[in-house]
Amino acid sequence: MHELSIAMSIVELAEEEAERLAVQIDAVHLKLGVLSGVVKEALLSCYEMACENTPLQGSRLVIEEIPVVIYCSRCRAQRPLSSVQLFCCPECGTPCSQIVQGKELEVVALEIQECVPNPV
Amino acid sequence: MRPEPRLIEVRRNVLKQNDVVARSLRDRFRAAGVFVVSLVSSPGSGKTAFLEKTLTLLRPSYRVAALVGDLATENDALRLARSQAPVKQITTGTLCHLEAAMVESALQEWDLNQLDFLFIENVGNLVCPSSYDLGEDLRLVLISVTEGEDKPLKYPTIFHSADVAVVTKVDLAAAVEFSWETAYNNIQAVRPGMPVLRLSAKTGDGMEEFLSFLVARLIELREAAAV
Repeated sequence: MHELSIAMSIVELAEEEAERLAVQIDAVHLKLGVLSGVVKEALLSCYEMACENTPLQGSRLVIEEIPVVIYCSRCRAQRPLSSVQLFCCPECGTPCSQIVQGKELEVVALEIQECVPNPV
Repeated sequence: MRPEPRLIEVRRNVLKQNDVVARSLRDRFRAAGVFVVSLVSSPGSGKTAFLEKTLTLLRPSYRVAALVGDLATENDALRLARSQAPVKQITTGTLCHLEAAMVESALQEWDLNQLDFLFIENVGNLVCPSSYDLGEDLRLVLISVTEGEDKPLKYPTIFHSADVAVVTKVDLAAAVEFSWETAYNNIQAVRPGMPVLRLSAKTGDGMEEFLSFLVARLIELREAAAV
């Protein structure tokens, strides 16, 4: 269970950005690879805990799960993996261990409230 | 004025801090010419016994040391100290994995230039350690025959964070009806091409092959540094 320390890093990072940009954050958008070693559900509940007594209290964590994409050297193409229990090309069956995508653990965007003029 | 939600793009790796420390460790290891091996596995797969054997066998010819991560006790460090190699315990408290900064601080009093091999035993856990780079040259994932053949299928992520799989306690294989072929195929299914070694720290079976593999890697590393 290392999701709490990951959640705390996310909050810390978001706080830094919020301070730098002088904005209030409503939500943090995260890309989470299936092979990142982090469990989505656990991270979501830890996030709430990690936000307590910080400027991010009450903010949401929006997680986009990133499926694994491998490179098939036989097809010379990137292919989505159908199961993490079987690393082979879904088209030709060649075993593939080159991961193109699926290890992400990255804050990609922050959602803020911006004041805009009322429509006339 | 009315509030309207807006997205600001940031793109920041959550584990960047760990990666930065790991990179600086790797640079230090390179400069000192020490080959660093880390061990990950589930609790009870025989990491400590394997490491004790490795240290004991290497020590007459090589300068070796070990860091060992444990949640609460110093038992592992005491066991490893029997090899007479320098050993330091990293007690992680409630943390289920080692991070690069812990390795960095544990190494403070050691002169890396005086070492050929440094071993880092991670906390027994097949999940969390996979996210953290420790700056090592080689990561071994251990599975013991008593755990069954399907560990790779249950924990594919750790197999992708490691370089070599080591099947341990092979002296017990027959007693637990362990199928080497099934285990090997499962490892290859989740990580095609992964080298797999099998050994028993108790009988010493397979240790020689493992040690020659390590020594070859050390020579390779030093030759690359000399170019």
